[in-house]
Amino acid sequence: MSVPSVTVPSVAHAAVSRDGLSEKVSVRNLDFYYGDHRALKSINVSLYYGKVTAFIGPSGCGKSTLLRILNRMYDLYPNQRATGEVRLDGDDILSPGQDLNLLRAKVGMVFQKPTPFPMTIFENVAFGIRLYERLPKSELEDRVRHALQRAALWDEVKDKLDANGLSLSGGQQQRLCIARTVAVRPEVILFDEPCSALDPISTAKIEELIDELKDDYTIAIVTHNMQQAARVSDFTAFMYLGELVEVDTTSRMFTSPADRRTQDYITGRFG
Amino acid sequence: MDTQFDSPRFRSLYAARRRRNAVTMGLAYAATAFGLSWLVLILAVLLWQGFGGLSLSVFTEMTPPPGGTGGLLNPIAGSLMMTALAVLIGTPLGILAGTYMAEYGRYERLTMVVRFINDILLSAPSIVIGLFIYEIMVARMGHFSGWAGAVSLAVIVVPVVVRTTEDMLKLVPDTLREAAASIGLPRSLMITRVAYRAARAGMITGVLLSIARISGETAPLLFTALNNQFWSLDLDAPVSSLPVVIFQFALSPYKDWQRLAWTGALIITMSVLALSIIARFLAAQRRSS
Repeated sequence: MSVPSVTVPSVAHAAVSRDGLSEKVSVRNLDFYYGDHRALKSINVSLYYGKVTAFIGPSGCGKSTLLRILNRMYDLYPNQRATGEVRLDGDDILSPGQDLNLLRAKVGMVFQKPTPFPMTIFENVAFGIRLYERLPKSELEDRVRHALQRAALWDEVKDKLDANGLSLSGGQQQRLCIARTVAVRPEVILFDEPCSALDPISTAKIEELIDELKDDYTIAIVTHNMQQAARVSDFTAFMYLGELVEVDTTSRMFTSPADRRTQDYITGRFG
Repeated sequence: MDTQFDSPRFRSLYAARRRRNAVTMGLAYAATAFGLSWLVLILAVLLWQGFGGLSLSVFTEMTPPPGGTGGLLNPIAGSLMMTALAVLIGTPLGILAGTYMAEYGRYERLTMVVRFINDILLSAPSIVIGLFIYEIMVARMGHFSGWAGAVSLAVIVVPVVVRTTEDMLKLVPDTLREAAASIGLPRSLMITRVAYRAARAGMITGVLLSIARISGETAPLLFTALNNQFWSLDLDAPVSSLPVVIFQFALSPYKDWQRLAWTGALIITMSVLALSIIARFLAAQRRSS
């Protein structure tokens, strides 16, 4: 018999309140279907500028599904549809007229497994920039360097920018992916379990990065790791069986959650 | 202390398993040796019979009349010309179709239909393809031609390239496509700049394999390009090719023609062998990257 752990993760951030925050993304009455299966049920949540919102919950609860609606990644696949309202700066991104490429340039995403493109480190970052801007060579190099610096990777790769992106270690590859995302100058960054394939040191680096990035972006992160949610986020949302059970400031979620299920999950009684 | 591994029951069971393993391994080795021995035999006879005929004149002189001296220049040139043209026609078609099937239409019904038909085409007897092109090109134009030969070879190239393109693109992980989409890449660029790049080695391998496949084809050329004993690069006229010349010379009663047929067969075999080795090499590179 295993005894359930009841250690509650300690929260790194000072308590925040919602007063004075500007709402960047607002999700209202959102439902999502895989074919006939209703995977998300009437989700309501807001993401705030300059803040990190973490989504936690057991496997299959719909955290990643929710994240993939915010940049309409699900559109790549058939038989998946979302109903309800998702607004980015007031514009409904679920509307059929939404330009998906522009939306995804504004809402960047970092994935569970590092996914560098099969090209050089430099090209990995420059690729996205060139898509939207025509820059002189020196300016492009500046942008690439800046993006790699923001991703805390510059010092490790500055002498081998021509090496293949796939030749880097897993943690470096993930930071390269963050650089690639940052280079496009998005407004929102979605992290879908960005550390689950990484070792503890790389994980710490990525968490540090998220903390640095949040001043300039709106960030959402899906994580299986409650300690991570407690460390990096300002707000935490707990999801269970396709429902958003509760969302509140991270400090309150981890100390005095309103819902019994949240408390059970956070103290490790299930999930 | 006796463990379960020391019990007589286990020992006899284990001995029986080892015996069965030895028998199966022996049969597998025998089957491999049987298959390989024929290949070695064919290569040995080819080398034995063909190598003696290899000389510079093979590559510089035209096919001779019976009893005369000559080489294989016109069939070599004809084969190269028609093969190159077939690849030029077949590769873009095949890559475009394979790209549709793997990328745009992956979940469409049309893709399943096309894949099914493509598989039939992949295993269609080449003589049927030759007859088909004879009907629609040679019969209408009123004469055999290099164009008809190249088109019939292209019909063989297309399904091979369609298949390898689709398979290789499907091996590109969806996460890479999502990553491309996540920075706002439109689908066309996602395919050409990211997916093609990831699948490049495999797709080139497919084209090389299709070249290997058509460079030995005789039947479709007999009905389309026929043969030409003179030097000619005119695609609107009959064009000579190595397989057809081998076919003709090998069946002839003349010793010197037969020897040239052996030499031609050796040239084709070695070219195909070289292509296969390059294809293998590229495939291995893909795996390691």
